[in-house]
Amino acid sequence: MWDYTDKVMEHFHNPRNQGKITEKQEGEEIVTGEVGSIACGDALKLHLKIDETTQTIKDARFQTFGCASAIASSSALTELLKGRKVEEALKLTNKEIAESLGGLPEEKMHCSVMGQEALEAAIYTYKGIPLDTHEEDEGNLICRCFGVSDTKIKRIIRENDLTTAEQVTNYVKAGGGCSSCLPDIDDLLAEITTEKETSVAVATQVWQDNNPSPAPAVSTTQTTKPLTNLQKITLIQRVIDQEIRPILAEDGGDMELFDVEGDVVKVILKGACSGCASSTETLKLAIEATLKDRVLPTLTVESV
Amino acid sequence: MNDCIYLDNNATTKIDEDVLAAMLPYLSIYYGNPSSMHTFGGQVGRAVREARSQVASLLGAEDSEIIFTSCGTEGDNAAILAALKAQPNKKHIITTEVEHPAILNLCRKLEKDGYTVTYLSVNSKGQLDLDELEASLTGNTAVVSVMYANNETGVIFPIEQIGQIVKEYGALFHVDAVQAVGKIPLDLKTSTIDLLTLSGHKIHAPKGIGALYVRKGVRFRPLLIGGHQERGRRGGTENVAGIVALGKAAELAQQHLAGISWEKRLRDKLEQGILSTISNTVVNGDRIKRLPNTTNIGFKYIEGEAILLSLDQFDICASSGSACTSGSLEPSHVLRALGLPYSVLHGSIRFSLSRYTTEKEIDRVLEVLPGVIDRLRELSPFNSDDADWLKEQEQAVLAR
Repeated sequence: MWDYTDKVMEHFHNPRNQGKITEKQEGEEIVTGEVGSIACGDALKLHLKIDETTQTIKDARFQTFGCASAIASSSALTELLKGRKVEEALKLTNKEIAESLGGLPEEKMHCSVMGQEALEAAIYTYKGIPLDTHEEDEGNLICRCFGVSDTKIKRIIRENDLTTAEQVTNYVKAGGGCSSCLPDIDDLLAEITTEKETSVAVATQVWQDNNPSPAPAVSTTQTTKPLTNLQKITLIQRVIDQEIRPILAEDGGDMELFDVEGDVVKVILKGACSGCASSTETLKLAIEATLKDRVLPTLTVESV
Repeated sequence: MNDCIYLDNNATTKIDEDVLAAMLPYLSIYYGNPSSMHTFGGQVGRAVREARSQVASLLGAEDSEIIFTSCGTEGDNAAILAALKAQPNKKHIITTEVEHPAILNLCRKLEKDGYTVTYLSVNSKGQLDLDELEASLTGNTAVVSVMYANNETGVIFPIEQIGQIVKEYGALFHVDAVQAVGKIPLDLKTSTIDLLTLSGHKIHAPKGIGALYVRKGVRFRPLLIGGHQERGRRGGTENVAGIVALGKAAELAQQHLAGISWEKRLRDKLEQGILSTISNTVVNGDRIKRLPNTTNIGFKYIEGEAILLSLDQFDICASSGSACTSGSLEPSHVLRALGLPYSVLHGSIRFSLSRYTTEKEIDRVLEVLPGVIDRLRELSPFNSDDADWLKEQEQAVLAR
């Protein structure tokens, strides 16, 4: 029997906000995010009512097919969402959902991931970003049994600091079927470890290049230390200049780094990029994805 | 938790009070070693001999054909490995897709060691195709291992028909009868079975004791090599208290066989009650050739673990073949082998009764179950309103 917390059992037996949302008023929109399938053994339909003026989630309801922890995670998610701004809601991670339940058994973490994914799907629908062009569907399929791409696996490794293939299985099910993709998952884990080390090393190198003396604050051997603010900003600037701006230039656009506050990267979009509201949003997410991938997974981008 | 409604008897059973009473002296007063030459040990040896007769009697076997083991898994492993060692030139094994992991995982390991294994498929009722068996048999087949009755669905295989075919090809015939013993009358004297496994804790004896039947004349090599215990066929000092308990449990099981229709009546009442009061429910597997104590029911559109934890609130114990209950991410290999749709697979619950099950308990289950199912179905996004979504997904999976 699973070692569920009292909070999980309480949400399972008395779930909050179950069902659909049928009524809305002027200036409100209802959107739904669907994830999972009956084949996988769990599925979630998350319904959100969003106030278009304030960009606030006014109501959240769920329909879940799944085990006790799937139902509890869905219930807890709706509680976390009510009253949040859409932009704030998008930042919610699976970790927060699990923590709000006092934790989930490791083998059941995928239930919290399902909640986060349904939320993302609902908000993407609201923003009019087609789900089929969503980054996760573009990745290579790693786990055929559960249909999990490398993009999704990498994201979950970064967000939850996972280190073993077993953990990846617990979080996104990949590898839990025929287990033939476990070596591929090991490769992805190794790739991300290398990536983390490289980003610190590159940052240090950039710092050294720009500051020939005195000696750098971080030596290349101390690769496990988190980035200093200066290193972070330097690295962001470098990725923008070398990787993002050349791509934007192809379509006649450009951008500039305005400021970095904590993990929020403020940018100014220029040229063909500015002016069009929907392309701005798409672009912002693309820039964010690149920076998350190349610098730090916690970064978010704001257009100013 | 002592007065829970226990409908999980295919997982394990309560120790019968008479069984406990019979074994206790061998954990206190009679601690002698049955191999000893003194009277103190000798009286323990007599108890072991009596237990062997009791087990042999239940199976219709001779005393010398019974080897005591530690569990069903040991019996299965010992039987298959002995059959292979006895025929070193034969490298082929036949078994079924729905066996217990004690057989399946052993066979997978043997494949790595160079053996070829045929896993016979089952149809939607969980039954074998005997033509497939016959087509798979060759002169190279060392052993055919088939379970008597399935632990999850209760489906009974036509063991004697299978045995007749196996004998024509000169292979040894092993039967995992862990679920069948005590529920179906057996008479191994007139049977084609060469090796048969049973386990104590499924017939109201404690965990940690089992037995393997080896037909007289079948060459046997021990799994545990050691002393002369069990006539050199299983080394290690005997688990005397467990053996005495198994003997008593076998005696009681034999007596109870006459009254097995009581269990069947209650099982049928439970099954009929569920099917008639709860919509979208199906019985998984053959309903005719089936153990009298088992029913496996699929509650469509909801997930098994959620059903079990809801029933647990009412102190009702059952089990499920859903993925979430197993710790693996895949639903039961048995139900998948039947080719059931996923909407049924994940919501399958097994109720398994025993001679201790009462009518009052069945009535109580029938009273609370509809509410439990209704509540979970209200939470589920899959229902008739969303049939298209469901259908698309089922098809997508089949296409994969």
